Amino acid sequence: MLKYTFRRLLGMIPMLILISIVVFSLAKLMPGDSLSGEIDPLNTNPQYIAEMREKLGYNDPLPVQYFNWVTDFVQGDFGKSTRFKVPVADVIMEKIPNTLFLGVMALLITYILAFIMGMYSGRKPYTIGDNAIAGINYVMLAIPSFVAAVFAIYFFSFHLNWFPFGGSVDILVEDGTFEYWLSRLHHVLLPAIVLGAMSTASYTQFLRNDIIENSRKDFVRTARAKGTPMKKIYNVHILRNSIIPLVTFLGFDFAALIGGAIITETIFTYPGIGQLFLDSVTNKDYPILMALTMLLSFLTLAGNLIADILYGIVDPRIRLD
Amino acid sequence: MTVKYSSDKTAPLLQVKNLQTGFKIDGEFYNAVEGVSFDVNRKKIVGIVGESGCGKSVMSLSIMQLLPPGIGKIRGGEIEFEGENISKLSDKKMNKLRGKDISMIFQEPMTSLNPVFTIGYQIEEVILNHENITKKEARLRSVSLLKSVGIPRADKIVNEYPHQLSGGMRQRVMIAMAIACQPKLLIADEPTTALDVTVQAQILELLKGIQETNDMSIILITHDLGVVAEICDEVIVMYAGKIAERASVDELFNHPKHPYTDLLMKAIPKMDEDVEKLATIDGLVPSIINMPQVGCRFANRCPKAMPECLTVTPQLGAVARDHETACLLYEESWPEGNKPQNEGATVL
Repeated sequence: MLKYTFRRLLGMIPMLILISIVVFSLAKLMPGDSLSGEIDPLNTNPQYIAEMREKLGYNDPLPVQYFNWVTDFVQGDFGKSTRFKVPVADVIMEKIPNTLFLGVMALLITYILAFIMGMYSGRKPYTIGDNAIAGINYVMLAIPSFVAAVFAIYFFSFHLNWFPFGGSVDILVEDGTFEYWLSRLHHVLLPAIVLGAMSTASYTQFLRNDIIENSRKDFVRTARAKGTPMKKIYNVHILRNSIIPLVTFLGFDFAALIGGAIITETIFTYPGIGQLFLDSVTNKDYPILMALTMLLSFLTLAGNLIADILYGIVDPRIRLD
Repeated sequence: MTVKYSSDKTAPLLQVKNLQTGFKIDGEFYNAVEGVSFDVNRKKIVGIVGESGCGKSVMSLSIMQLLPPGIGKIRGGEIEFEGENISKLSDKKMNKLRGKDISMIFQEPMTSLNPVFTIGYQIEEVILNHENITKKEARLRSVSLLKSVGIPRADKIVNEYPHQLSGGMRQRVMIAMAIACQPKLLIADEPTTALDVTVQAQILELLKGIQETNDMSIILITHDLGVVAEICDEVIVMYAGKIAERASVDELFNHPKHPYTDLLMKAIPKMDEDVEKLATIDGLVPSIINMPQVGCRFANRCPKAMPECLTVTPQLGAVARDHETACLLYEESWPEGNKPQNEGATVL
């Protein structure tokens, strides 16, 4: 398996080079540069702007610019944010904990809800309960997250006052105290529920269909012939087989965990990667944009690799070598 | 005080009485097994033969109550195991019986084992279901069980997964699982059909050996009369959900009475005869949706059919010692009060 992992990691290199070219080209294709957004051309000497462009290397031929960027990038120098005037890595690292926290909470909610619903539906297919679950799931899937987020804020924050409107923590609490962590949890809960509860459909329906399919398999009859109770057959024999296809989703989730939920984070003004991404687009902060896009691409590839390795672990029939 | 048959060691281990099992098709029940009665005595091997679709498997699944839930259902009759009617037991009570007193092996060893659990886990499961022992002890038992069914390197195989074994090995694992709690009755539903011929013989030999050492009874379901001749004590020939003939092995092979049995025997290819074409029985088993309700169900395929065969339903009648058949060619099979008018009608 180590050999397999190593081979796959090597295989990522050409993929990442290709992605970097695309990311760089897209950034350059966008109209304007970081100077055209930030600086008021009316009170700044145009000659100074031109000098800065020359100094920052914006006038170099594109291949040279690309080469410079890539050379720095592989050495861990992601450049300086044109907006915050600090290294890109620092900006991203500051936001990652928030995003990770939200992502993990949302995923946890999705998994728990989807497992409960999927297992119920799979055990009792074509019943009222199953149909109700499918109905709820598809309605949730159909509602865009920004609509759900706005409504959630309106009801739970404005009217019921259960949750804060936005942010990641109360400004007044002291860093590191128990109240601080409690406040963070309080802030993350509503966006996490919106994100988590809205995306249960694929997991639930996948799990349901797989449980139904597996419950007709011969090994279920064998287990019954051994005197194994139905409950154990569903929870052990069938479930163990039915989680195998779900591993595919896990790979995608891995990238989403860090990638953040761009729209949800923005609506909840939750200071995470998603919000940073959108802000960087409006402020033409290319170093951050390019670094984030590269990071997400790498994580997607890594997520797929993790999913493939997990297949080998959950399914003894798949051998990685 | 009620008399329990279980104390009586000469009483049959299993008595199936007028069993009727139906399947739901388009919201209506059709009987796949229609009034089947037979006994399985202790330490005997009973073979049940018949072509595909004649109700053999359905009957065995009925005994275990493993019919597909919601589709198959026991609609009448009794199944008495050691004197107790088990046809109406709850799933919970059946679970105490399944795997312990009655166990079963199936036709398809390739799919009958759970692909994601080790062989050891799957054998231990049946032991832990019924006995109060530790996992470690169960593991030791699994290894010795695997050895007893002739699996080499049992201590290694116990940690392997089903896909790492061949079909014959998997069927041995199934047998190890089935005999783990030393059941009194083993139902083997076409255990050798999916295996190649040399492995078939080994598996049959193994079953026979286990039956002798464990003093167990076996119901062997097969469509291979050769298998029956090899290891069974008694044979039941089924046709279209009913018993056509029942006899001891010697009696049946030497004096087949029912034309269906006779034709089945003729259909066995013989090594010493060079024939261009194998003997077959024309036609098919009627499907359970349009099963004739009156008369003999074999009549439309029977070369010896008489006009009465379409109007009078034959019953199982003793035609010789330890030999019953349901065919109107024999006076014993005619229902009471409906005996043939003149002896001349019976043309043999």
